[in-house]
Amino acid sequence: MATTGHSNNVINAKLVLLGDMGTGKSSLVLRFVKGQFLDFQESTIGAAFFSQTLALNDATVKFEIWDTAGQERYHSLAPMYYRGAAAAVIVYDITSNESFERAKKWVVELQKQGNPNMVMALAGNKADLEDKRKVSADDARAYAEENGLYFIETSAKTAINVNDMFYEIARRLPRAQPVQNPTVVSLSDGSAGQRSQTSSTCCT
Amino acid sequence: MDQEYDVIVLGTGLKECILSGLLSVDGLKVLHMDRNDYYGGESSSLNLVQLYKRFKGNETPPESLGLSKEYNVDMIPKFMMANGTLVRVLIHANVTKYLNFKAVDGSFVYNKGKIYKVPATDVEALTSTLMGLFEKRRARKFFIYVQDYDESDPKSHEGLDLNKVTAREVISKYGLDDSTVEFIGHALALHRDDSYLDKPAMDTIKRMKVYAESLARFQSGSPYIYPLYGLGELPQAFARLSAVYGGTYMLNKPECKVELNESGKVYGVTSDGETARAQKIVCDPSYLPDKVKKVGRVARAICILSHPIPDTNKSHSVQIILPQNQLGRKSDMYVFCCSYAHNVAPKGKYIAIVSTEAETDNPQVELKPGMDLLGTVDETFFDIYDRFEPVNNPLEDNCFVSSSYDATTHFESTVTDVVAMYSKITGKELDLTVDLSAASAAAEQS
Ligand SMILES: Nc1nc2c(ncn2[C@@H]2O[C@H](COP(=O)(O)OP(=O)(O)OP(=O)(O)O)[C@@H](O)[C@H]2O)c(=O)[nH]1
Ligand SMILES: [Mg+2]
Repeated sequence: MATTGHSNNVINAKLVLLGDMGTGKSSLVLRFVKGQFLDFQESTIGAAFFSQTLALNDATVKFEIWDTAGQERYHSLAPMYYRGAAAAVIVYDITSNESFERAKKWVVELQKQGNPNMVMALAGNKADLEDKRKVSADDARAYAEENGLYFIETSAKTAINVNDMFYEIARRLPRAQPVQNPTVVSLSDGSAGQRSQTSSTCCT
Repeated sequence: MDQEYDVIVLGTGLKECILSGLLSVDGLKVLHMDRNDYYGGESSSLNLVQLYKRFKGNETPPESLGLSKEYNVDMIPKFMMANGTLVRVLIHANVTKYLNFKAVDGSFVYNKGKIYKVPATDVEALTSTLMGLFEKRRARKFFIYVQDYDESDPKSHEGLDLNKVTAREVISKYGLDDSTVEFIGHALALHRDDSYLDKPAMDTIKRMKVYAESLARFQSGSPYIYPLYGLGELPQAFARLSAVYGGTYMLNKPECKVELNESGKVYGVTSDGETARAQKIVCDPSYLPDKVKKVGRVARAICILSHPIPDTNKSHSVQIILPQNQLGRKSDMYVFCCSYAHNVAPKGKYIAIVSTEAETDNPQVELKPGMDLLGTVDETFFDIYDRFEPVNNPLEDNCFVSSSYDATTHFESTVTDVVAMYSKITGKELDLTVDLSAASAAAEQS
């Protein structure tokens, strides 16, 4: 039961994706987890739960990634979605001002509801579409700095900055975690239900 | 929302969400709406501000009670049997990955003014102070019979056909006292009245076995488990399942009027001037008040404490059953308690809920025997609510209405209702044979 600075320290971290429809949430996950990109990524139904492990110098971070499953479309996302999340990626599309405004609303929501120690990243996706850009990187960066977010522009299509973003989030996760809920029981034998080692979740 | 769906579900209570999830997984196009801006309907878990708003009007919570958002107080408090039917549904639907459970520390029964740990095995029978020396030995023999009973092995039946002999006959064979029979019937087999005594013993023996097997599963002081952050997580998990399989979610929809055609069949639901069309609707009783009747009332007291319930070995989570005859009542009383250990209250706080089927109009007086077990309370909220059951024929109008949650029943009746509704809606049986043994029995280290 390693809790601090060992090289074999394993951190389980729930990461949630938020953002307007079509901004590329699922595409970013697909790029990160499978190294793929689809030009006609379907609006998300079906799989909405992935895991990916990153090895850092001082720890191994196992991300448990939650995609929204479309519940946010009519403002009906359940609080369970961001409950206990160690990290959130708020995605907007650099070619859409509307999606940037929506991203700001998500930030407010998370600041209100989420874990105060949550690592939040603002991703300006579709950075390959420079000629259609509507949201300037400077505006977004200024907004991110004011609100304590990590900002990066990404492209799920060309893969630019996608892995970097997840690595940076992994680096920013708190290392020393209080030992939590030592008696959480497992109901499923499947890998998904497992909560072991250090859990980088919160307790709010 | 001006579209055609296979099924429209109204209300996001646990039953509605389980059905929405199962139907979406079956490939049906589901629209799920709720008039409230939160998930859970009657089975939600409230924070402190919501709790005060609901039960105390304009009063604001005192600071001494801590942060509002750290409270998740169940409106329908229940614990889940570790090997029970609800757990089977969770595994069947594969939603366990969205939830974290913790074992419940204790299971107690009330006897002559005091509370005792419920003995569930032959070993526990021998050490229990609930029974005298000779009674312990008789109870031990009966527990061994139940543990060894195997439907497929006639040798274990000791000449009794449990489908024919009554529970009363089996119990009298072991010569058990009335008070032993009482805790076995009410606290182990979880019967709500004594009618089981004159029914075939099989049901009671099976219930006792589920209790004992659930108790063994997580090596805790009770056979129960409970989700972190409260039961309100359960409807949300099934709603997510439904959404993952394409279900559309809309909260905060005013009115949600069910539209019937001239022959009384449902054809859609109107909200905000728009009508979504569907041949079938599923809802809780509040969405179709003309198709339900009142069948009872539940009295409850929701209490905030700063200590565990006295005489429960400082248990952070505990169930106490007060059998009807102990109180001279017609229905059992239940005490449910959970703490910050299950993330339902701020550090140092405990939530205790006393509930029973109401027999009077005065919950303060009626719930006193349960309240008396709690010691000092920081705050109490009294309440009485009505229970409804549908009176329509869903084969005629295609309106599938669930029954209200019964404070004195467990998830057994919840799941029975859901399984029956699923069959009526789809014409199929729900197969809940899941491999419980494959699920890890060990409590994991975190
Ligand atoms: N050019 C470009 N297109 C992208 C990029 N990322 C995603 N797309 C496209 O944008 C569309 C929407 O992407 P999704 O990943 O489905 O977006 P989403 O946020 O998951 O959408 P919903 O699931 O509907 O909420 C798809 O057609 C993708 O191919 C990108 O970086 N560059
Ligand atoms: Mg998507």
